[in-house]
Amino acid sequence: MARVIESGARAAIASAASAAAGRLRALAFDKRMAAALFAALALLPLVSPLVGGGYLLHIGERVLIFAIAALSLELLIGAGGLVSFGHAAFLGIGAYAAGIAASHGLGTLAVALPAALAASAAFALLTGAIAVRTHGVYFIMITLAFGQMAFFVAASLAPYGGDDGLSLPGRTLVLGTRVLENRIVFFYVTLALAAASWLLVSRLVASRFGRVLRGLTDSETRMQALGFAPYRYRLTAYVIAGTLCGLAGFLLGNQAEFVSPAYMHWQRSGELIVMVLLGGTGTLYGPVLGALALMVLEEGLARLTEHWKAILGPLLVLVVLFTRGGIAGAIEAWRRRTTTFPELLADLQGRGRAALARAEQAAMEATAAAIGCGRRAEAGLGAAWLRWRAALRPRLEPLATLAARSARSADGIVRGAAKACVRAESLLGTMNRDVAALAGSARRHLSAGLGRCSQTWHGGLRPRLAGLARLAGRGIARMAARAVPWRVALHRALKSAAGLAGRSLSSALARWRRR
Amino acid sequence: MSRAILELHDLVKSYGALRVTNGVDLEVLAGETHAIIGPNGAGKTTLVNQISGAVAPDGGRIVLDGRDVTRLPMPARARLGLARSFQITQVLPRFTALENVALAVQAGAGSSFRFWQPAAAEEALNARAREALEAADLGARAGVPAGALSHGEKRRLELAIALAQGPRLMLLDEPAAGAGTEETRRLVEILRSLKGRTTVVLVEHDMQAVFALADRISVLVEGRIVATGTPEAVRADAAVRAAYLGEAA
Repeated sequence: MARVIESGARAAIASAASAAAGRLRALAFDKRMAAALFAALALLPLVSPLVGGGYLLHIGERVLIFAIAALSLELLIGAGGLVSFGHAAFLGIGAYAAGIAASHGLGTLAVALPAALAASAAFALLTGAIAVRTHGVYFIMITLAFGQMAFFVAASLAPYGGDDGLSLPGRTLVLGTRVLENRIVFFYVTLALAAASWLLVSRLVASRFGRVLRGLTDSETRMQALGFAPYRYRLTAYVIAGTLCGLAGFLLGNQAEFVSPAYMHWQRSGELIVMVLLGGTGTLYGPVLGALALMVLEEGLARLTEHWKAILGPLLVLVVLFTRGGIAGAIEAWRRRTTTFPELLADLQGRGRAALARAEQAAMEATAAAIGCGRRAEAGLGAAWLRWRAALRPRLEPLATLAARSARSADGIVRGAAKACVRAESLLGTMNRDVAALAGSARRHLSAGLGRCSQTWHGGLRPRLAGLARLAGRGIARMAARAVPWRVALHRALKSAAGLAGRSLSSALARWRRR
Repeated sequence: MSRAILELHDLVKSYGALRVTNGVDLEVLAGETHAIIGPNGAGKTTLVNQISGAVAPDGGRIVLDGRDVTRLPMPARARLGLARSFQITQVLPRFTALENVALAVQAGAGSSFRFWQPAAAEEALNARAREALEAADLGARAGVPAGALSHGEKRRLELAIALAQGPRLMLLDEPAAGAGTEETRRLVEILRSLKGRTTVVLVEHDMQAVFALADRISVLVEGRIVATGTPEAVRADAAVRAAYLGEAA
């Protein structure tokens, strides 16, 4: 019977384990990494007694606490694009809430934890309401300023130790018990809370809210055009991150059983940023890894030499310089390098495509620049056009109107001349006609005169002359017949008759002429 | 006829001494595709920016569907149903094409203050996003990060995003900016298939595209609308000819 139960249990465990393994394989790489990290840390209490007693556990606790803080900061930096340089303030506020509550005898979970979270949330809301309105370097500076304000306020809290800090009478009571004073319990509580924080942040980043937050980091203009008002989302993220970091502070105070203003110092904020960057933004195991790496490095190097910061500093610089996206980035790069051939091909293709896209982008930018040049040229032309209109045109316009007017008058003159020509022509025509008429009448008069002249000749003069001639002829014949001696007389008579005829003819002609 | 979904009354905007928008009156009727054309520097993009809320006018009123929105910021106008595309592509480069569009759907589908459920697994959002991607001929590229898309694909993604907002009025600022002839033809094809689904204000340089798509055209010259009418009427308008042939030539 017992054997049956045992084998059944073994089978159940085996199937559960294989199911868990299968589920783990199905998870995305970064989730597997986070699970592996937490699982490894979960083994620490088992290893710790073998190596250096409680010291390892102590470091493990601090790693987990700072992992929570770094995760909360990653929500701002990685998803929200908000590099807060005052994040340690929340660490201090959470710790002081635990310390102050304990110093008043209120160090129970029911009071201290809500107080820590509420105080952090309130501080985040107040400072975030202003800080989130700014961007980039201004956001860094303003969060730094708020962080330092919190630091100086803590340092001036004389009732709670001021500069020297405040020792807790004991860890926060859970249901009236001192269960958190048990190192194993405290470690696992911290581990559970860190794992829960990781889950919270990863759900948050993938949720509708996280999607909007990430979208705002990519293109605020696009998000506004979609109807998302950036301010509320960023402020909400800031409050969530602050509150989560307040939880880390609460744990830190409990772990050290001591709080001091140093928790809030800007150097601490810087360390948190280093953890996020060292681990690698964009992944959520990165901040956990970053916290682990930084703490281990600090502790390890401090053991080697007291000038450990001189080694740590350059090391961080090297990591930032040579790994894109911190340790997580390096792991990603290594994974890419150790992929199979088809994956390599696909990767190459992807890179080729990306390069093409970049080239295209560059071409686009060049085009845009060219368009910009064109626009500027156009603007220049536009300005020239405006100047032309403003200065040159008014001066040229009177000239043009003058020219037009003179052209008009010239036109008038020409037209007048033409009219005169026409008139002259008509005048000439009438003159011509008159002259022709005159000539005609003159010709008529002349011919009439000539006609009358010939009539007179034929009608009067010639018959009379002919009669005379006939008469003369007869007389001559008679004389001839009578005698030749008469010839002399005849000759004389003829002579006198010719003289008479000549005289009468000439007188007749003179008379005709007179008429 | 149909009512006006967008009215601009005597809109004025100056940059220094330059009056970029100089007393613009405009009515866009529900359901029509209304193109705004004009020579470079006429103030088209400034006008679009004022309508969308990216730039505040110096004077005048903007009425969206009977409501004065002159003083409302861009996100509020977007929530009233005004979607716009940008002349210079504004997509989320690290998001996949599908996520870009799904986010646009999300903007109009309930609160975005939901912190736990993975948004990428919301089938209701993804289904509508895929529809919009298909309409923009991008179905096959859904899983590609927007930053890795080609320029033409990004222009179409802009269109899909605007479409996914399910807008009452779509402002398209040079949707074919920088696209080649083939891409432009494709965009015109897509826009034609969308005609009548929603009201569109189209600012475009490509005259062929404008005359192929617009029901009415307004011509903007030196910050003023010099003509509004059907494509035929505008084509025949003397002032338009002066603007395009007189000054440009």
